[in-house]
Amino acid sequence: MSVLVLLEQRGELKPCALEAASAARDIAAAAGMPLNAVYIGQSLEGQEGKLAGYGIAKVYAYEHASLSHYSNDAYVPIVRDVARELDAKVIIGSATALGKELCASVAARLGVELAQDAIGAAWAGGLVAKKPLYAGKVLADVTIQSVPAMVSLRPNSVQAAPQDGPAPEIEKRAMPEVSLRSVLKETAEATAGKVELTEAKIVVSGGRGVGGPENWHIIENLAEAMGAAVGASRAVVDAGWVHHALQVGQTGKVVSPDIYVACGISGAIQHQAGMRTSKIIVAINKDPNANIFKLCDYGIVGDLFEVCPALAEEVRKVRA
Amino acid sequence: MKIAVLVKRVPDTASVFKVAPDEKSVVTDGLKYIISPYDEHAAEEAIKIQEAGGAEIVVISLGGDDCQETMRTVMAMGADRGVLVSVPAGLSIGAHGVAQALAAAVKREAPDLVLAGKQAVDDDASQVPERVAELLDLPHASVVSKLELADGKALVDREIEGGKYRIELPLPAVVTIEKGINTPRYPKLPNIMKAKKKPLDTVTLEDLGLSADAVKNQAEVTKVASPRTDRRNQIVGGDTADAVKEVVRLLRDEEKAL
Ligand SMILES: Cc1cc2nc3c(=O)[nH]c(=O)nc-3n(C[C@H](O)[C@H](O)[C@H](O)COP(=O)(O)OP(=O)(O)OC[C@H]3O[C@@H](n4cnc5c(N)ncnc54)[C@H](O)[C@@H]3O)c2cc1C
Repeated sequence: MSVLVLLEQRGELKPCALEAASAARDIAAAAGMPLNAVYIGQSLEGQEGKLAGYGIAKVYAYEHASLSHYSNDAYVPIVRDVARELDAKVIIGSATALGKELCASVAARLGVELAQDAIGAAWAGGLVAKKPLYAGKVLADVTIQSVPAMVSLRPNSVQAAPQDGPAPEIEKRAMPEVSLRSVLKETAEATAGKVELTEAKIVVSGGRGVGGPENWHIIENLAEAMGAAVGASRAVVDAGWVHHALQVGQTGKVVSPDIYVACGISGAIQHQAGMRTSKIIVAINKDPNANIFKLCDYGIVGDLFEVCPALAEEVRKVRA
Repeated sequence: MKIAVLVKRVPDTASVFKVAPDEKSVVTDGLKYIISPYDEHAAEEAIKIQEAGGAEIVVISLGGDDCQETMRTVMAMGADRGVLVSVPAGLSIGAHGVAQALAAAVKREAPDLVLAGKQAVDDDASQVPERVAELLDLPHASVVSKLELADGKALVDREIEGGKYRIELPLPAVVTIEKGINTPRYPKLPNIMKAKKKPLDTVTLEDLGLSADAVKNQAEVTKVASPRTDRRNQIVGGDTADAVKEVVRLLRDEEKAL
């Protein structure tokens, strides 16, 4: 019997891997089960320390250069087999682009249910996941009866909170035989140093109020000052000012940062779907009646061309 | 070339969702239903392939009779025929059950390519097409923003956080579609009329060799609630210099978030 956490990596362990470990530790404690982990990637060497304090008994590490990038042909059988070997009752993964594909595929292979993109999970005699439905307009408790019960957690929705405790034992596993059907031909990764939108602790988003692509540097400047990732409303994406990978909302990315700053965004319901679970929402808009002020924590009514640069300067000042 | 497109009928998320008195569901009266937007992109992609090199397109859905309307929309866009996996009203089916049923329906068709939206916008579960692929032991790729077919293979751009993978999959394969790949067409009136005459078969779970028990939902919604509404809604006044100072103080000293 075991709770099993899937440690996602992109070269390094991702922050969401530690968030998942944190949630898994609490679930394992409540369920009275040990917690184990699977790592699949190039190498965990030198990163073991990051895994201290999550109560992980053992990490089953599948390390190989050919495993550095996700492939469902390679990853899915590994997780399926470890889950069976450990008699896993609960499996916790991350609701990232690749994590969702992995979890869905493993759930199918095990013939079990999965609460995908949950914003929390707890043990109450069984696994109960908190999951937004209908573009976040409703929050559901999903009780999973299948064994194992699976859940993938939205990045940033659970805090990675290590406690005192040792680093886990690492058990290196031989690379299993896999027959790769899909071939990874090419990877294009984000430029180093840029904060990834869905995992960023702070997101600064711009909307139609920015006026045009020539003014977008105002958003980028504020984001840089705050150490934030840049997001956008659909109006801006549709106008072609920025790439659609930046879109926040129902048909874009879903983000849950500590601080979400909406600049020149009206707060349409479809935009809310992507940022509603942010911890603190700050709005900058020149229209005092803009909808965004109804869902923000702190609002500044004003011209973003004035407010954003001033805010960036103030942040730089206090951070210096 | 034969393409199966999986589509789901979902409530328009622009609707108002009220928590039902049982606090386990939402009030469905008065909801407007649409084809899940990503599925529309999947359908459009199939039709583009059809236009470029010829293909038979079968649209497959699971649900009640009202799904037929959704399927006819896809047929009006250009799909040739439909297969509805009809389920009894009131039967709660989990993702595993849905995937088993759809996999069985897909298997009967033996398509070269299965396309579906990357997620349905009602529960955003992003898992049924992946499950169908795994149950049929087919290669698959999710969240695809570009799709090319050549020599019995699919070459796809798969979006990941802050980047993409270019993956080559041998056909038959399952691919889930991201928006941005195309602009779904509006069906023209003559095509809407024509679509009404296209074949739409209905199969039951039994026809597919599945019992109600096999597809039983093991992930029940046991409670629904409205999301948090406890935002501070505090407008920080004063001139710009004062306002930004105060906001930074609030974020830093009060919220300890900066
Ligand atoms: C099916 C569907 C899916 C959708 N999905 C998404 C989605 O994923 N994400 C999304 O964002 N939208 C989505 N939308 C679109 C959404 O409905 C809105 O149209 C969109 O969010 C509006 O973008 P906006 O707030 O930037 O623009 P607007 O609504 O035009 O708002 C601009 C705001 O800027 C303010 N402003 C203007 N000038 C200034 C200035 N100088 N200083 C300060 N403020 C200023 C204005 O007061 C206004 O409030 C979707 C719509 C549909 C139908």
